[in-house]
Amino acid sequence: MHSDAIRNEAPAILKVQSLTRRFGGIVANDDISFDVAKGSITALIGPNGAGKTTVFNCITGFYRASSGQILICNGSDTVEVGALLRRPFTGGSYLVARAGVARTFQNIRLFKDMTVLENLLVAQHQHTDNNLFRGMMASDRFLKQENETVERAYHWLDIMDLSDYANRLAGELAYGRQRRLEIARSMCTSPRLICLDEPAAGLNPRETEQLSELIMALRREHGVTVLLIEHDMGLVMDISDHIVVLDYGRVIASGDVESVRNSPAVIAAYLGADEASQ
Amino acid sequence: MTTARALDAIQTQSTGIDFLHSLKEASIAGILTMVVLGPITNLVLDQYDFHFYPLREPILVNGIMLGFVVALGRLFFSLLVQTRSGHDLMQRIGRHSAVSTDTDHDRPRRKKRHIVPALTLSLLASAILATLGLTGAIHKGAAFALILVVLFVWLSYGISVPKRRGEPNSWRISVPLLFAAGFLLPIVLNQAGLLPKVWLSNLTLALIYVLLGLGLNIVVGMAGLLDLGYVAFYAVGAYFLALGAQYLEMGFWTALVLAPLLAAASGAILGFPVLRMHGDYLAIVTLGFGEIIRLVLTNWVDFTGGPNGMPAPAPTFFGLEFSRRASEGHEPFHTFFNLPYSGDYKALFIYLILFAIVAIMLRFLNRLRYMPIGRSWEALREDEVACRSLGINHVNVKLSAFMLGAVTGGVAGVFFATYQGFINPSSFNFFESVLILSIVVLGGMGSTLGIIIAALALTLLPELLRDFAAYRVLIFGLLMIMMMIWRPYGLIRPRRPTFPARVPHAQ
Repeated sequence: MHSDAIRNEAPAILKVQSLTRRFGGIVANDDISFDVAKGSITALIGPNGAGKTTVFNCITGFYRASSGQILICNGSDTVEVGALLRRPFTGGSYLVARAGVARTFQNIRLFKDMTVLENLLVAQHQHTDNNLFRGMMASDRFLKQENETVERAYHWLDIMDLSDYANRLAGELAYGRQRRLEIARSMCTSPRLICLDEPAAGLNPRETEQLSELIMALRREHGVTVLLIEHDMGLVMDISDHIVVLDYGRVIASGDVESVRNSPAVIAAYLGADEASQ
Repeated sequence: MTTARALDAIQTQSTGIDFLHSLKEASIAGILTMVVLGPITNLVLDQYDFHFYPLREPILVNGIMLGFVVALGRLFFSLLVQTRSGHDLMQRIGRHSAVSTDTDHDRPRRKKRHIVPALTLSLLASAILATLGLTGAIHKGAAFALILVVLFVWLSYGISVPKRRGEPNSWRISVPLLFAAGFLLPIVLNQAGLLPKVWLSNLTLALIYVLLGLGLNIVVGMAGLLDLGYVAFYAVGAYFLALGAQYLEMGFWTALVLAPLLAAASGAILGFPVLRMHGDYLAIVTLGFGEIIRLVLTNWVDFTGGPNGMPAPAPTFFGLEFSRRASEGHEPFHTFFNLPYSGDYKALFIYLILFAIVAIMLRFLNRLRYMPIGRSWEALREDEVACRSLGINHVNVKLSAFMLGAVTGGVAGVFFATYQGFINPSSFNFFESVLILSIVVLGGMGSTLGIIIAALALTLLPELLRDFAAYRVLIFGLLMIMMMIWRPYGLIRPRRPTFPARVPHAQ
């Protein structure tokens, strides 16, 4: 199968190794391990409260894992997320994004009182001329880089079909467009791995279909690996190469679409199981 | 609403202006005002009788006179909304969205159209003020000071129009001209005896508050960090000059260069403990910081002179002093240039340096919104979590906001100390922080021009309306309440910078 081919050939871009995250006495993630192959679309599914978003927050550096390792691999270069988070004062969470992991949020987090374009410009701060004096003098070098970032922003707006709204406030956009803008914004950080937290939540069926095309295009044309949390099973089954199923903070199944679809543990978790079958 | 009816009137009969209707509205408004206020101000209880004084002094708080003023105002507005441009104006004021995008900057040509009427209007206003001043209707100094204020507002507006590559900026010539006018006019006016020292000092204080407002705007307006102890940095700048002069024989110019650095350092010191704080908690901690600085200054009597304060030196003009008799080894300004001694030179000189520095600061601070650092501040205000997810070092961004805000406050402090010639801790109390914060809130958080207007209004109006000094805080409070109800986003809504599609490539 196509997806198996990718899994066997491509090296892992993200390795989650026995990740455990405890909040006081509650174990949100218990010994979770999975790999995300480079260039794949991997879905993280499970019932509500299964610990999916906690895994996301650990991967993107918003939580520190209680134990276990999360490795971001880039060729020979490997970064351990937990090690990044030991920076004094800053907490280091922003370093995860700089290591090439971008994310979106379950409840959209745009800069609402800034324009759509500015949202994308903020995301490109790694590519802009951040020198205070050159900026204040509006030097040629500064303006040139600024124009380049504006152009890259327009490029992404074109892809997301949002160019007409470039100078509108982000908070004024319709919900579906805000979702697309958030994806565009995280893509502007030039990530290698993009983590989408329920990208289809609140979208109508047509928008969901466009979203699945968009995610495929991101992988195909922009060479980005996708890890997503999603409840829309149609979307997940359509586009995923690999699915990891969580329940009660544990991985209960993992594999390609077919194997997960037929896994008794998954069916039990979603539909419930009677005493006899357990 | 009557305005709405007036608007309907234009739509139906687009040619005529309904004078009769306006007149009716105006008389109703005027009579109502007289009925409500007349008994309060014009009836005087005398022994066991009431006496009616229609022209009771002060004439401006006389209810009958206020009635006429209100009627005139109502008539003016009623007629204004019936004209095309007035209609447009009302529409713009009536818009309720918090932030608007800056479409004007998209279309430089449209902007150009605004300049001519704007300059004509300000020239007209200046002419009226000058006549009022020369005929003695208002104080001469006040009239000419207001002309300088009008000039300064236009200068700051011109500075705020951003420079774009390959686009004509119609303000490119006007800004240097306005600057030159603002720099030379005070000298001419002062020498002609039209701008006395008192009003030069008032203008200096107003510009100091403009600086403070701009500095706090970085922290509160842009980065969204509610800082109630901003006056601490102001004190740091002021005391740096006074203490430096006392112990290190430091002059004004040295202090002007070094005080921002010290203020930035104290900004960083304040910044570190509050990195993890938001909103109310941050406000409380910054409030504490401001009070600590003030209490240290008050209680460290041996070093700072405590409540007795300290003298601060005046600036020198290339080594020439402005005092009547110079200290040893120095020459006074007036003997060097063979002029009669006058205290005005010092006030004039301080005003001119401050004017130049404010203009330069404005130029730089305006750029911030078009720079990555300014955008990061605003992004941080909107959503810190999203900032971190985009790889923005939120700690550096916060610290830089505190530090740049503190730098501006430090510069203002140096000017305050040299302007007063003497400082003590009571100038840096909590009310001062509140005043600066209200300048930022009234002006419109994030809007440079709004803050400038608010700073000028809040510092100069009390001087203009000396008669009402007793009602100052009352009026201030009423103003705040009215602003929060009708214009919660401040005098001038901040506008987002816009970027046209397809920027032409640099060759």
